[in-house]
Amino acid sequence: MGTARLYAAVAVGGFRRYATYRTATAAGVFTNTVFGLILAYIFIALWDEKPHLGGYDQAQALTYVWLGQALLMTVAVLGGGFEEELIERIRTGDIAIDLYRPADLQLWWLAQDAGRALFHLLGRGVVPLAFGALVFDLALPADLLTWLAFLVAILLGVVVSFAIRFLVALSAFWLLDGAGAAQLAGIAGFFCSGLLLPLNVFPGALGEVVRALPWSSLIQAPVDVLLGTADPLSTYAFQAAWAVGLLAAGRLMQSVATRRVVVQGG
Amino acid sequence: MDERARVASWPEGKQGAYARVRDGVRAYRMIAAMWIRSTTAYRASFAMTTFGSFAATALDFVAILLMFSQVDTLGGYSLPEVAFLYGAAGTAFGLADLALGSMERLGRRVRDGTLDTLLVRPAPVLAQVAADRFALRRLGRITQGVLVLGYAVAVLDLSWTPLKLLMIPLMLLSGGAIFGAVFVAGAAFQFVAQDASEVQNSFTYGGGTLLQYPPTVFAKDLLRGVTFVFPIAFVNWLPALYVLGRPYPLDLPTWVAFAPPLVAAGCCTLAGLAWRAGLRSYRSTGS
Repeated sequence: MGTARLYAAVAVGGFRRYATYRTATAAGVFTNTVFGLILAYIFIALWDEKPHLGGYDQAQALTYVWLGQALLMTVAVLGGGFEEELIERIRTGDIAIDLYRPADLQLWWLAQDAGRALFHLLGRGVVPLAFGALVFDLALPADLLTWLAFLVAILLGVVVSFAIRFLVALSAFWLLDGAGAAQLAGIAGFFCSGLLLPLNVFPGALGEVVRALPWSSLIQAPVDVLLGTADPLSTYAFQAAWAVGLLAAGRLMQSVATRRVVVQGG
Repeated sequence: MDERARVASWPEGKQGAYARVRDGVRAYRMIAAMWIRSTTAYRASFAMTTFGSFAATALDFVAILLMFSQVDTLGGYSLPEVAFLYGAAGTAFGLADLALGSMERLGRRVRDGTLDTLLVRPAPVLAQVAADRFALRRLGRITQGVLVLGYAVAVLDLSWTPLKLLMIPLMLLSGGAIFGAVFVAGAAFQFVAQDASEVQNSFTYGGGTLLQYPPTVFAKDLLRGVTFVFPIAFVNWLPALYVLGRPYPLDLPTWVAFAPPLVAAGCCTLAGLAWRAGLRSYRSTGS
């Protein structure tokens, strides 16, 4: 019970930390809305040209745009979050202090990231989606159950995203500077999550590959659950398989890395 | 002459506008040269980040290619035509980003108080802020834009005239200047709203994204906004539509295709005034 309370407190801390930046949040909402508008018009032109592209009708495609903007920060598609701090702690050697704490490194940061994700869902997700729903004709479901299923898919997406970024951060033990790895991960997230263009629109083998990669858990999977274009249970199984696999890889890497730690001085 | 001696030779005191600009350019060059030396010292890292900058922007164009794998036209425009718009917007934006992209860090400098150190140095603050952390890796973005533009020019089936050819460099330079003005105005805004650098992203990156697509895709009100209020339509749409021989949005007259240099000059003047006002309103965070 004690450990659960500890991680809950860490999660609350993560939430509070991002909640402090109110102006930045408002600015971010503005930016997500502007990009949503631009993408919405591009999608209208695309679906005018070819209705039912990727198996979506136009209202579903527009819903896709606004959900993507709403989820972008929650599932940290482009990175940004705990991993920057963890990379810095590895670089400076402060990580040695973390390893002496009576808490698990991976669980600690997962709890912190969960708090961040919840803040971003509320702070940066709701308003762009509401704006999109006001201005465009969206295909949002009316029943509560679909929304709950959507939230579960988001939760799994956040865990997959965390697991990827944890691996990226730990790579700093070997690379010393994690900036390059973080940049590559951001590019992969941008392209393979379905943020830019639904993965169902990607042609042929490329489409099959990007849909099988872990990043499709971040945007494509939750959006398809909300639109009802994917079966929730098999979507969860896909996301959970990646989450478990990547978290296990992170754990393995963590144990190898901590054996490598050499504390300088004193 | 070594760097320190050059710094010592910076003139001080009252001077004319011409001398101020000259000093600004010299300070910018020196600071940028220093950052180039420091970032190219780690060659592997420099090569990786330059490639990263190239790849990240290239994915935008890959997305357009993916769209065209499903459709033949977008908003009535073919792939080479969209590539022409994309290449022109990308190169113009890349030029401004290379020269002034560091200015988006201004809000952070205001928050943590490090702007103060720039104020006491005998060089124009604008030049110092703009050259701070000058990132040569941003050449990746320009390279990508130029490549796409080259592809478009090669495959477009157009009757080229000298005027149309002249329009291309004119469009890239004026477009770069217009986006540059947006960067400076955005930084000036950050003096007031220190925490709101993301708002600037909507105008810089958002504007850049908008211009990659044909104007026929967007709503009339949006087009009016980016023509008359926030005039980025002059970056590539209006001059490029002249080259492509396409009708202008909003029934604008033909001569607007030649207006970009004037619009750029106007934007830079306004941005300069906004910068001065912002700098004058600056209160240090110190206690």
